[in-house]
Amino acid sequence: MAAVVIENLVKTYPSGHRRATDDVTLEVSDGEFLVLVGPSGCGKTTLLRMVAGLETPDAGTVRIGERDVTRLPARHRSLSMVFQSYAIFPHMTVRQNIGFGLTMAKVPRDEWASRVARAAGLLNLGDQLDRHPAQLSGGQRQRVAVARAIVVNADVLLMDEPLSNLDALLRMQFRAELKRIVARLGTTTLYVTHDQAEAMSLGDRVAVMREGSIAQLGTPMEVYDRPAQRFVGGFLGTPPMNFFDAVVAPDGHADHDKPVRLTAGDRVIPGPARLSGWAGRPVTVGVRAENIEVSLQDGPGRSHAEVEVAEPTGAAMLLTVRWGGDELKVLAPAAFPARPGDRVWLGMPEHALRCFDPETSLAL
Amino acid sequence: MAAGPARRALPLILPSLLFMTALFLLPLITGVAQAFRGPDGLTTGYLRRMVDDPYFWQAARNTALLIVVLIPLQFALALAMALLLRERPRLAGLHFYIWVIPLAISDLAAGLVWLSIFTDRGYLNSVLDAAGISPYAWLSFQHPATMFLAVVIAELWRATSLVFVIVVAGMQGVPRDYDEAAAVFGASYWQRVRHVLLPQLRPSLQVALILRTILALEAFAVAQALTGRNFPLLVGETYQWYTALQNPNVATAVALVVLLLSVVAAVGYLRLMRHGPEPGR
Repeated sequence: MAAVVIENLVKTYPSGHRRATDDVTLEVSDGEFLVLVGPSGCGKTTLLRMVAGLETPDAGTVRIGERDVTRLPARHRSLSMVFQSYAIFPHMTVRQNIGFGLTMAKVPRDEWASRVARAAGLLNLGDQLDRHPAQLSGGQRQRVAVARAIVVNADVLLMDEPLSNLDALLRMQFRAELKRIVARLGTTTLYVTHDQAEAMSLGDRVAVMREGSIAQLGTPMEVYDRPAQRFVGGFLGTPPMNFFDAVVAPDGHADHDKPVRLTAGDRVIPGPARLSGWAGRPVTVGVRAENIEVSLQDGPGRSHAEVEVAEPTGAAMLLTVRWGGDELKVLAPAAFPARPGDRVWLGMPEHALRCFDPETSLAL
Repeated sequence: MAAGPARRALPLILPSLLFMTALFLLPLITGVAQAFRGPDGLTTGYLRRMVDDPYFWQAARNTALLIVVLIPLQFALALAMALLLRERPRLAGLHFYIWVIPLAISDLAAGLVWLSIFTDRGYLNSVLDAAGISPYAWLSFQHPATMFLAVVIAELWRATSLVFVIVVAGMQGVPRDYDEAAAVFGASYWQRVRHVLLPQLRPSLQVALILRTILALEAFAVAQALTGRNFPLLVGETYQWYTALQNPNVATAVALVVLLLSVVAAVGYLRLMRHGPEPGR
């Protein structure tokens, strides 16, 4: 077990016109489960492959534990990996597949057998050991790939979108199982996914990537509740964060403790006190759908909106409302009696508002 | 019910049936019959004449020797070339086309090219002469070893590209993920080739082996061009009996031997390589 330290990694593909990873620095602590998440093409897989030794960085270093492995071939890095395509060998039985890493490490036969059996048991593959991959379902192949990765007791476990080829139900089930298994092993894990729900549910910490760099790094709740960039708020969460343009009212100057007022068109809402230095200037306001209080009556601090779409999701009612010139997603209680065309009142608690500089898109 | 469609289908396939019978089946039957039918009815006289000819056994021995030496060399070479190409060197496409050129050259032309190299006043001896080494009669009847070597080299140059093309096509069907997975789990380059790549290439290798063995049994023009009848091969003997000795019956008998060997080889390979787990499926 070991920490992974990535410093200033730069990689440009020969065919690419921009950097796949642009000066990325990241530390995965010993035993941590860190998820790299981002839209396709953000460089997350390239980063993982450089840690694995399957790509060579143009600049920067990768260290595993005390060792600088930047120039080391993959097989000397003491890591294991689960591939998106599973990449379990079609000409070998499940048993041979799981034991492949042990075979390469010339583990004695008794130990080989017991470790393969233990890993297979952990992933419920005990009955499939003598089959070939072609005889397995997609979910079972996935299990073989995970068993093969955990049986070697590597310092670092890398996973490249391991669940993306499973159907939705299986993905949810296996996600929880994976979390339990990895938690029990305690291996340092670097996990790549484009699925933000997966990232939130699995990671001790989540690194949100965009265009080759890390936009934000933090615990799932940190990146969810306090996005450092507009992009992060818009990427994480279903539905994503709502954004609208507003201006900080020019009256709250100098007094840092007093809430300010934000005006968006003809609507006025209270804003966070830390914006007092931003008086008179435009901001982009972000608010999560579940943080908007929706009600059928007017009240203090509330402003009206018109329901355009009402989508019952079972656990809640997802409303799309027209609020002045903006369209917002609002999560109402499941039994909320709203129909298209109805008028509702929205309240936005100032602590739930996240404000961004419209020019840089960075949080204020 | 079943007779209906069959009866209606018959007129439709009749033209092809007639065509195949007239141009393929009948010549085959008369061809086979030619080896056994003399002026006084059925005879084994032609077969006896074939086996009594000392050239026949020499040709059989040479053909076998050529196959045994040539095919392992060709496979080793073709695999090495395909592995080199797999590393995606610069100008990989150009290398591929250059390596495939021999495929497009007729075997007689290839034989003549190599003849101009190995012959007494050929390129090789000119180079040796210029370097101060006395020339050597590579293709002389007195030097069977270098004669054989020349045939092997020429055949190697001419026919390796067929194996190469098949192996390259097979390798392209093996996803890189397997290679990468093996590398991550500690396999060295040779371990990856041996445990991951080669097993998945088995269907391609099988095809290449069958094709190459049959084609090697039929090898003739290169040896003919280089050595004349000094290095007889089975198909060369067919030609010899047919044209020089004007005896189509014995020529057919020799051709039948080649046919028989080809079938035995193909079936043998298919049986031999069916063992072990099926990849895929």
